Amino acid sequence: MMSLDFIWQTFLRLLAALPLTIEVWFLSIVFGGFVAAGVTWMRVSGILPLSLFARAFIFIFRGSPLLIQLFVIYYGLPSLPFVRHSFLWTFLREPFYCAVLSLALCTAGYTSEIFRGALAAVPRGQVEAARACGMSGFLLFRRIILPIAMRQGLPAYSTEIISMTKATALVSMVTLWDVLNVALKIRNDTLITYTPLLVAGAIYFVLNYILARFFVWLEFVVSPHLRRRLH
Amino acid sequence: MLGFGDRGWGFALIAGALMTLAVSLTGLLIGSVLGSLIAWAKLSGHKVGAAIGDAYASLFRGLPELLVIYFVYFGSSALLTATGNLIGIEGFLGVPSFAAGALGVGIISGAYQAEVYRGAYLAIASGELEAARAVGMHRLLMFRRIIVPQVLRFALPGLGNLWQVALKDSSLISVTGLTELMRTAQVGAGSTRQPFVFYLAGLGLYLTLTFVTDRFFEAAEKRATRGLKRIHG
Repeated sequence: MMSLDFIWQTFLRLLAALPLTIEVWFLSIVFGGFVAAGVTWMRVSGILPLSLFARAFIFIFRGSPLLIQLFVIYYGLPSLPFVRHSFLWTFLREPFYCAVLSLALCTAGYTSEIFRGALAAVPRGQVEAARACGMSGFLLFRRIILPIAMRQGLPAYSTEIISMTKATALVSMVTLWDVLNVALKIRNDTLITYTPLLVAGAIYFVLNYILARFFVWLEFVVSPHLRRRLH
Repeated sequence: MLGFGDRGWGFALIAGALMTLAVSLTGLLIGSVLGSLIAWAKLSGHKVGAAIGDAYASLFRGLPELLVIYFVYFGSSALLTATGNLIGIEGFLGVPSFAAGALGVGIISGAYQAEVYRGAYLAIASGELEAARAVGMHRLLMFRRIIVPQVLRFALPGLGNLWQVALKDSSLISVTGLTELMRTAQVGAGSTRQPFVFYLAGLGLYLTLTFVTDRFFEAAEKRATRGLKRIHG
């Protein structure tokens, strides 16, 4: 049952599905990042309607399961006549775009809270010092706030990125042939229960392991000030 | 359509929400058993125990939740069928989807709960343990009177987060056919051809569940820490 040849064939077929998994993962992180930046900006803008909107956005996308969000977008929206007759239909009829959209919105909910925490962690004194040197506006943001905030937010953000790899497995529910879906198909066709899911698990695990190592390295690179203190 | 009358789906959705609560709670409890065992293995100082604990935690935090749930569901049924055949029961034996789903959610939750319990144990002031030994408490009594109450207190915020995770993960159990909230919304969407209404209603019920239970955990935390002096707030 667990012949080496079958494991190898399964591995090759799952590997062929890996690009789709990575594509969904990458696009939703990028779009999710932009949306999150916008939501964070609204949340800290001090303008009440904007901040209320941001709070509602975060509450909805963090408070409900990704699966039902995905289904609202993929099955729900296209059932509304006015969506079907608008330009949105060109995107929403493709499961790929629906998957990316819903993963991006969901991760944006979590990520914007990470961004907000990172911004809040920038020491006041740093901003005051920069102002005293005459920096303001965008220069202050670019040179002082952003680099410090990025460093502060990195550990939490890396956790979010890794959980996104796991979240991509849900796209198998909307007919996309990602790694998990191909594994389920092999299971269905061959009636071999363990091997396909174990091989798929190994692929996801290695992917996340590489990501985790990368972020450990990145954190090391961006915090030289902590390194020196160790000696 | 969403009403509570003869043709309404109101009761079905509420029943689904209750099933979601039940299966998530069972999952959280299974996770707390697994999590405390792993935390114990990690804290024991045994090399092998710590290695097993580490392997478990990093494995189930690195795999997609959906894959784990499929694996537990298909895997346990295959195992049961094979065992059944051995003792002479012919044919396919399926593990009940409630059990398989709760086990799947519990296995995942346990990997995260282990860290919460470990952190909580390490937060107990070592003086308290020394004092307990000094007054002559034996291990079990110390565990019951000193360690458990404090671990629970320190673990409560982390457990609150993991409860929310379990609640959301439980929606994946719908793939096993258990008629919890997600599955009920799917069935309703399919038989009335109104997917938007049903998935939105399901989403609203999930939000209600997470919001209400979050308030509950907040209250519990307040009560559990009423004797503690706070650094802030």
